[in-house]
Amino acid sequence: MNVIVCIKQVPSLANVKIDLETGRFKRDGIESVINPFDKYAVEEGVRIREKIGGKVIVITMGPPQAESALRETISRGADEAFLISDKIFGGSDTLATSYTLSSAIKFIGNYDIIICGKQALDGATAQVGPGVAEMLNIPHVAHVKKIEFIDDKLIRVERMMEDGYDLIESSFPVLLTIIEGINSPRIPSLRGKMFSKKAIIKTLDAETIGVDAKKTGLNGSPTQVMKVFVTQQQRNYGKKFSGDVKEIAVALVKRLSKLGIV
Amino acid sequence: MVMDYMLSEEEQMIVEIARTIAIEKIKPLRDYYDEKEEFPWDIVKEFAKADLFATYIPEEYGGFGKGVMGLVLVVEELCKVDGAISLSLAATALGAFPILISGSEEQKKKYLPDIASGKKIAAFGLTEAGAGSDATGMTTTAVKDGDYYILNGSKRFITNGGDAETYVIFAKTNHSRGARGISCFILEKGDPGFNFGKKEKKMGIRASSTRELVFNDCKIHKCRLLGREGQGLVIAQTTLDNSRPGVAAQALGIATGALNEAVDYARKRVQFGQPIISFQIIQHMLADMATEIEAARALLYASARMIDSGKVRRTSKESAMTKLFCSEVAMKVTTNAVQIFGGYGYTKEYPVEKMMRDAKITTLYEGTSQIQKNEIALNLIKEYVTKSK
Ligand SMILES: Cc1cc2nc3c(=O)[nH]c(=O)nc-3n(C[C@H](O)[C@H](O)[C@H](O)COP(=O)(O)OP(=O)(O)OC[C@H]3O[C@@H](n4cnc5c(N)ncnc54)[C@H](O)[C@@H]3O)c2cc1C
Repeated sequence: MNVIVCIKQVPSLANVKIDLETGRFKRDGIESVINPFDKYAVEEGVRIREKIGGKVIVITMGPPQAESALRETISRGADEAFLISDKIFGGSDTLATSYTLSSAIKFIGNYDIIICGKQALDGATAQVGPGVAEMLNIPHVAHVKKIEFIDDKLIRVERMMEDGYDLIESSFPVLLTIIEGINSPRIPSLRGKMFSKKAIIKTLDAETIGVDAKKTGLNGSPTQVMKVFVTQQQRNYGKKFSGDVKEIAVALVKRLSKLGIV
Repeated sequence: MVMDYMLSEEEQMIVEIARTIAIEKIKPLRDYYDEKEEFPWDIVKEFAKADLFATYIPEEYGGFGKGVMGLVLVVEELCKVDGAISLSLAATALGAFPILISGSEEQKKKYLPDIASGKKIAAFGLTEAGAGSDATGMTTTAVKDGDYYILNGSKRFITNGGDAETYVIFAKTNHSRGARGISCFILEKGDPGFNFGKKEKKMGIRASSTRELVFNDCKIHKCRLLGREGQGLVIAQTTLDNSRPGVAAQALGIATGALNEAVDYARKRVQFGQPIISFQIIQHMLADMATEIEAARALLYASARMIDSGKVRRTSKESAMTKLFCSEVAMKVTTNAVQIFGGYGYTKEYPVEKMMRDAKITTLYEGTSQIQKNEIALNLIKEYVTKSK
């Protein structure tokens, strides 16, 4: 069973600031981390391997610095990692990213499951996972909260819904996007950390994976960010009633009927 | 900025992992274990998974070969958050050192890999009811009987007692030879005639088990003898040379944790219309605490590096100085941390109350502060005599 996990490096939100002029993150001096949702994806991949064998391959599309995120996933149990990096990938929207990732996955080949976090912390579109599945023409299940059953032929997962969950069965290959809390990601071991320092991480560029330059980067991105702005939070303070129970009840009912609620 | 001790990249990894476990796994449970006095098995499993039991064990036995430095970095980091839970690991090292120091190849291969992987924890049994500071006063005996030894007697205050699988035990094989009549054995939980007595209820380090070990015609094969007959006391002393920095690291970790809490609290607590950290007397207390902690750390790391260099046969003086200094600093720092917290520091609402209780043990076990001073002085005299010859 070969698992490919797609991750993204994002700015750590712990102390990120927003430039009010441009509406963009001030990235200078901000530490980059693995997208928190993707940590669950890596852990789930490693658990599948521990259960039924195979390999966990982690990929990310990003600048050369994203290699550190890949190394971290190796310390957390992944077997191999590829950095998908090329100047022409810059400025990709979710469509171009899905295209580029799916091209890389085709190049790597021989996969049974692809796992993505449910969304990235910065963009929060949740589109890339399903997008990759469409381009690979394979089924996907989004918002997986639990892998209920898995063997070498079949997987059954619980998909989180607003009013409960769906139980969905699929053959392979399949793409899953998973939600936080599906597992608790392991703390890297010393052996894992040492190994990850020495691991060789290959870079795959546009030519290697054979992408069509028109479909990636800015060229391949029909959506462009026009403007980003910071919304002013409106503070609607609640109203507090005081007095004894009866007084409070009377005041509350009065207020509710004034609002036309009762 | 923090003082730079030129830790290697791998040493920094050790620190990072220990810190993550301390914060993510230990912190949420430290009050629980302190109150319940239970053995922290779930956290021991985390140590094992993260390879923390393996840092100081040589690579050929499944470890990382990072020496005493590798051990003290783990213990210090864990103890910044909790001074008791890490003892499962530190006291395992105390039980592993005699095997490392004087075990045969066969014994090392048999016992060390399971200790490195965290599959089995270990313990060290020297102290008896009537033999504390003076270990030579022990009355546990091991009598040779063909290919076997028969042990009788009991050991008191044994850390990890009852929870460990592997025990290094000291017993007299020859009464008439005094200090040279002590031998050292490896016992396994379940050996016939090897039982556990009462568990102590303690002031601090309550997540650590401290039990009595009882030997009633406990029969073990002679392959369990460590070193040769009569070498026991030297093995114990050499072990303590290696393990006392571990106690020092525990002390230092607790002290550092207490200082962090004290600075944080002093910035927030307002009296007379200002944060108490604006009072110079509080600032000076914190300055003294920070300076003594840094001096303690410098001494600890220097001793650990000296031991690991393997250039000298014995480091009794340096290890004793390190343990003496770090443990006394820990007591002073934690007491002052409680002082800075005022009445709140005396309550269980804040962690400094526990830190002060936990710190106290470091001035007591593996030799009291008085015994460390004896050791230091004895070595000074020896050095003086050698020089003046
Ligand atoms: C929680 C805990 C865990 C422990 N874990 C272990 C363990 O894992 N393995 C193990 O073998 N032991 C262990 N011990 C035992 C510990 O090492 C002893 O308690 C310690 O060595 C002191 O011995 P004692 O308690 O008998 O005190 P005593 O030796 O009776 O000392 C009493 C007082 O007299 C002083 N004193 C004694 N002799 C002298 C001297 N010559 N000069 C000046 N002052 C002196 C001491 O400093 C002390 O202040 C543990 C103890 C505790 C409390």
